[in-house]
Amino acid sequence: MSAVDSKTGAGVGGAVAEGTPLVRLRGVEKVYERGAAPVRVLERLDLDVARGEFLALMGPSGSGKSTLLNLIGGLDRPTRGAVIVGGVRVDRLDETQLAAWRARHVGFVFQFYNLLPALSAARNVELPLLLTSLSRAERRRRVETALRIVGLAHRLRHHPGQLSGGEQQRVGIARAIVTDPTLLMCDEPTGDLDRQSAEAVLDLLQSLCRRHGKTIIMVTHDPHASARADRTVYLYKGRVVEELPA
Amino acid sequence: MKYLVLVMAGLWRRKLRTALTLFSVLVAFVLFAYLSAIRVGLGQGVDVAGADRMFVWHAVSLAQPLPVSYLDRIRRIPGVKLVIHQSWFGGVYQDPKNFFAQMPVEPEPFLQMYPEYLLPEEQKEAWLRTRTGAIVGRRTAERFGFKIGDRIPLQTGIWMKEDGSTTWEFDIVGIFDGAKPGTDLTPMFFRYDYFDETRGVGKGLVGWYVVRVEDPSLAPAVARAIEREFANSSAEVKAESEKAFLQSWAKQIGDIGLILTAILSAVFFTILLVAGNTMAQSVRERTAELGVLKAMGFTHGQVLGLVLAESCLLSGTGCVLGLALGWLATAGGDPTGGALPVFYFPGKDMAAGLGLGLLLGLASGALPAWQAMRLRVAEALRRH
Repeated sequence: MSAVDSKTGAGVGGAVAEGTPLVRLRGVEKVYERGAAPVRVLERLDLDVARGEFLALMGPSGSGKSTLLNLIGGLDRPTRGAVIVGGVRVDRLDETQLAAWRARHVGFVFQFYNLLPALSAARNVELPLLLTSLSRAERRRRVETALRIVGLAHRLRHHPGQLSGGEQQRVGIARAIVTDPTLLMCDEPTGDLDRQSAEAVLDLLQSLCRRHGKTIIMVTHDPHASARADRTVYLYKGRVVEELPA
Repeated sequence: MKYLVLVMAGLWRRKLRTALTLFSVLVAFVLFAYLSAIRVGLGQGVDVAGADRMFVWHAVSLAQPLPVSYLDRIRRIPGVKLVIHQSWFGGVYQDPKNFFAQMPVEPEPFLQMYPEYLLPEEQKEAWLRTRTGAIVGRRTAERFGFKIGDRIPLQTGIWMKEDGSTTWEFDIVGIFDGAKPGTDLTPMFFRYDYFDETRGVGKGLVGWYVVRVEDPSLAPAVARAIEREFANSSAEVKAESEKAFLQSWAKQIGDIGLILTAILSAVFFTILLVAGNTMAQSVRERTAELGVLKAMGFTHGQVLGLVLAESCLLSGTGCVLGLALGWLATAGGDPTGGALPVFYFPGKDMAAGLGLGLLLGLASGALPAWQAMRLRVAEALRRH
């Protein structure tokens, strides 16, 4: 197992064979110690996500969707099992290596956008690029490209408070893709949006998957949103099920 | 520098709170500067005292005079390079509130003893030529509008003239400046020969002696030798370095340093709580944002650094602005009209203030930065 360079995040475990899933989870368990009784959130979970796939994760509250997203995105560690992304055993990286790996390979989109209110759209999008050694001019070029992809090239200097919810989420998506990551992790990206804005965001995610080859894993409660994905995985009490019980 | 935008974003998130905290820090440092100047003022120039000068005065009290004949006896003591005498005149100009120090001296040795008083050569010559001549510090000259050539009357309750009058007239022949900051530019010096011949009482007596030693390291030994020289006489003396003399003079009204340190400690402890609370609130409100930064790939150390940079920028800005304003406020000199003739904000206190500002930034940001560093990403993202 080769380590990830703590500065660049490069060296993700060697070449991944063609056809090998980008994400592989094997026997993943997550147990939280809360008080005397441990809470088992995920149980012996196996999951593969192909490169370039748009996967929806659905399930009731507490089924483990967000926990699973956090494990794949390197925000948390499993209690047991293997989380392999692009050939890297993510669960074995230390904190600094994980941070570098996330910076290089993963983009996050959140339900409530989580933009910094004091910064313009361009500055918000630029944030992940501050961790790179790119010049200011190159950062600016990439920010403009990312905002153009999400259709907000004309909103560069606007602050989050001056943007609609849908526009803020598109800025959030631009921020997630500005480093050109392999994997996009979306935690209920349409959960705070009206139908029209939600459709625009889903169009954008679909386009990122189809036209730009991004692998997207999206947690959602919304059947309309999951219908846009290539595949939907249902979680129930920490396990993958064929379909959710009525 | 590329992270500055992120640091500024944290501070500008709540503009009013940041502005109020900044103002609190600024006020504390203005106070720091002003109290430093007051300490210097009450210390009567201890900071600029000559290391090779010592004072010799009556062992009973400074108010007791010494014979002028001691001058030659002191001069003969090994290690003594120069000796002069001074006396307290205690005059006022026109009104009792117009007080400033005046002392009769012998011009040439006096100017040798105090090279920090800068007097143009032609004014020195004029002083040597004019029996009633007096030189005055720039600050007092400006205060009362004295010009060279002016004849000024001073009234004194101490020294009656032979004719019974208490009004003395002097011709202003020179105005001196200071060679270094903190030089007292308020006194007036006039000729001892004129003073001694004209006064009706106390002829042949002087207030104290100022001695310059050949080597500052010899000062304690010379002081003991001077004290021994006049032991068991009718006017025994006490000798001390100029610095120690000025310090003991200042301590007559209490330990100024201790009092000011106590006041400033209370002020800065309060400001530490204010700034610390601002930072703690700011970090608490931004838990989710900090979680997002970590999700993007910011390391724990980088987040710690960002929060500390924020608190240091806040305290540092308040500190620099406060010290600058404090410096401006003290640059005008004595605000009391004579009670604090030496009044300025010393450079070493300015440097100490800058260090204090940095310390305040680190201390107020330490706990919030530690909490931000330990924040687990998954938990932080759940707090919206």
